[in-house]
Amino acid sequence: MAFSQGFTPHPKISYASAAPTGVASEAEYLEIGLREPVDPAALRAALDGALSPGLDVLDAVVATGGGLADRIEASRWRIELPEVDPALLAEAVAAFTSAEEVLVERMTKQGRRIFDARAAVIAIDVATPSVTPSGASAVPCAILELVVRQVTPSVRPDDVLSGLRVVAGLEPPVAPKVIRLAQGTLTAQGAIVDPLDADRDGATIDGR
Amino acid sequence: MSVPSTTPRPVAANSVWPQLEPLLPQVTKPIQYVGGELGAVVKDWDAATVRWALMYPDAYEVGLPNQGVQILYEVLNELPDTLAERTYAVWPDLEKLMRAHGVPQFTVDAHRSVRDFDVFGVSFSTELGYTNLLTAIDLAGIPLLAADRTDADPVIVAGGHAAFNPEPIADFVDAAVLGDGEEAVLEITAIVREWKAEGSPGGRDELLLRLARTESVYVPRFYDVDYLPDGRIQRVVPNRADVPFRVHKRTTMDLDAWPYPKKPLVPLAETVHERYAVEIFRGCTRGCRFCQAGMITRPVRERSITTVGQMVQQGLEFSGFHEVGLLSLSSADHSEIGDMCSGLAEQYQGTNVSLSLPSTRVDAFNIDLAQELSRNGRRTGLTFAPEGGSERIRKVINKMVSKDDLIRTVVTAYTNGWRQVKLYFMCGLPTETDEDVLEIAAMAHEVIKAGRAATGSKDIRCTVSIGGFVPKPHTPFQWAAMERPEVIDHRLRLLKQAINADRSLGRAIGYRYHDGEPSLIEGLLSRGDRRVGAVIRKVWEGGGRFDGWSEHFSYQRWVDAAAETLPAFGVDLDWYTTREREELEVLPWDHLDSGLDKDWLWQDWQDALSEYEQDDCRWTPCFDCGVCPAMDTEIQIGPTGKKLLPLTPVNGMKLPTGVQQ
Repeated sequence: MAFSQGFTPHPKISYASAAPTGVASEAEYLEIGLREPVDPAALRAALDGALSPGLDVLDAVVATGGGLADRIEASRWRIELPEVDPALLAEAVAAFTSAEEVLVERMTKQGRRIFDARAAVIAIDVATPSVTPSGASAVPCAILELVVRQVTPSVRPDDVLSGLRVVAGLEPPVAPKVIRLAQGTLTAQGAIVDPLDADRDGATIDGR
Repeated sequence: MSVPSTTPRPVAANSVWPQLEPLLPQVTKPIQYVGGELGAVVKDWDAATVRWALMYPDAYEVGLPNQGVQILYEVLNELPDTLAERTYAVWPDLEKLMRAHGVPQFTVDAHRSVRDFDVFGVSFSTELGYTNLLTAIDLAGIPLLAADRTDADPVIVAGGHAAFNPEPIADFVDAAVLGDGEEAVLEITAIVREWKAEGSPGGRDELLLRLARTESVYVPRFYDVDYLPDGRIQRVVPNRADVPFRVHKRTTMDLDAWPYPKKPLVPLAETVHERYAVEIFRGCTRGCRFCQAGMITRPVRERSITTVGQMVQQGLEFSGFHEVGLLSLSSADHSEIGDMCSGLAEQYQGTNVSLSLPSTRVDAFNIDLAQELSRNGRRTGLTFAPEGGSERIRKVINKMVSKDDLIRTVVTAYTNGWRQVKLYFMCGLPTETDEDVLEIAAMAHEVIKAGRAATGSKDIRCTVSIGGFVPKPHTPFQWAAMERPEVIDHRLRLLKQAINADRSLGRAIGYRYHDGEPSLIEGLLSRGDRRVGAVIRKVWEGGGRFDGWSEHFSYQRWVDAAAETLPAFGVDLDWYTTREREELEVLPWDHLDSGLDKDWLWQDWQDALSEYEQDDCRWTPCFDCGVCPAMDTEIQIGPTGKKLLPLTPVNGMKLPTGVQQ
């Protein structure tokens, strides 16, 4: 791994749009600077071996130019809301989508900020019952699926939930379970494309 | 190419993770409760015969780097039929949620309930962890009092330096082990294994009896304490046949045979030390009279230069740490320290690895070593510990450093490029007067003056750091009276004024100090007897937690709890702290054998009062402290004459075993 110059060298590593604390994710991306070229497959295995169970490194590609952050345009999230009636959630979602603007408030590092949680939301749907919630549970559970554009200040799943409280008074009785399913570039059709695809096509991975 | 999919986190059958996980988003730094660090081990519960939960009774950030727990964790997990998991003190925010949702004290490895284990080992470096022990026992659903426990509860064993007087927690623990833990945990494991294989005959009582019969495991319930009408102890005697009158400390000889930790834990959350630490020797015979560690870890046992070199190489390769700490009680005293430092500096030149050598002595040799270690460009801070301000008080505490030595050493550091040094002192030492403490100011002023003269620069600084003295069991000062907190605080104020009396010099001197109050409570706990258990319990019931943290410690809570509980026994807080003991008084830890001869300790205490110094048996003949003959041990030092072979540190990637490139 490469290190920055200076009195206290730091490893060259940067995270693009990391998920908030307490949120599960299936799609996190980061860039690492290395001292010398290595086989990406070997790098993936080495990193994966050093990380905790549940933190899995799935793939590594050689960067061919352009920052990773520029390729993160949107995220897809799934929010499980245990003990929430799906019909009530659907009403709240309808109120949210019909609003021009939904102002929410959150404490950020810069202090309390008020911003619009509506415009960044590209898609917001109540999932059909065929999607099984994680964990076996007999209590009803509503599931929300979201596609949110990467903006500043970022609009996070908890901001959208705040928005549902603002427009429809939806108050989940227990803590929601949030999971990021994907992030990447956004196509005109609203699909999310793996941000590593561009490098994967162009990169030469030895032996393949 | 195919992309592997994520694997769900493995959840053990008896894990409390499903109940714990929803609480974590609601607490500060949840990552400290997650586990799964590099170096962590999760074993099959049903395949193990003996199961240990190991605790360092402080927050993860302090507890994870603890060398003792890491060593025992690894030693135990290397046994095929034994598993060991770790648990740490949970912060009050999580404690509250765990109580509300019925989540028990859990291990961070597989998130199992601590109550399910056979043995619950708790390592105490300081007595201020006692209230956290009570929180853990209570959260685990284990009865607070050892006497109320059943066969369904684990055996709670205390270890670490504070276990050399476990009497204040005698009501709450089932057993205590004195001394080195490596072989002790193996012996306890063997006893538990055999007892279980026989079908656990006689239940808990029989198991404790078998442990007590080893003569190296102290089981408080098998001893009765009788008191004199004036509150002093009359005697401590076994109440069962076969139980020894005295319990002896364990000493691990030949450190080269115990090269742990081999697979150091790499923390997930930020911790106080993030480095690969290797003990280069155990024990210290410098004879500083206030130092409990130096007294109870005798004799000196060195690890050889070659083993240290190998451990550093393998430890770094495994962990990826960028810092190595060469630990001991007086690292510059290792017989091969020069070759060790230059050899390691050579091997890691040009890499990001930095080397540090804490606990060094006040002389120029130390600067040479520091120069070697800073070859990679990074200069770590230099700390010197004269401990006492005046020549007289340094004779009392047997810290043989002259003022000239100190000034010469610090000036050498400045001329070699260090801009900042730290000087460590204590306040409240036996026989101390205001004048002894005020001499610290004069010393600091001279250091700055000499440093400016030698370097021609005003850009040099020193920091005076001063802590409160606490008399500890098994030291010559075990009989000493503590000074009152008001007197300590007054002296600290006088010192501050004296440092700043010269504005030009005062500006170059930083001043850090601790109030006298926490020290007084530490003094109560360190020299307390079984009656102090009532104070600890009262404080804990009143909300006392994390007493080692100034933002959580409440002096008033301790004072009030002592006033409520101790008068019933005819004693009080002062009786335990500011009272000087007489030669023939039975001390609460007299039945616990650290190897030190009590007559020798008393003589050394008398020598302290007459300001007579004692040499170090590393370099001078034996002075009969009693440890080697009593414990059948001996000094183990080099030099071996060997050098570190020029190894090439591995810079490449470390692939998990079984992975094909």
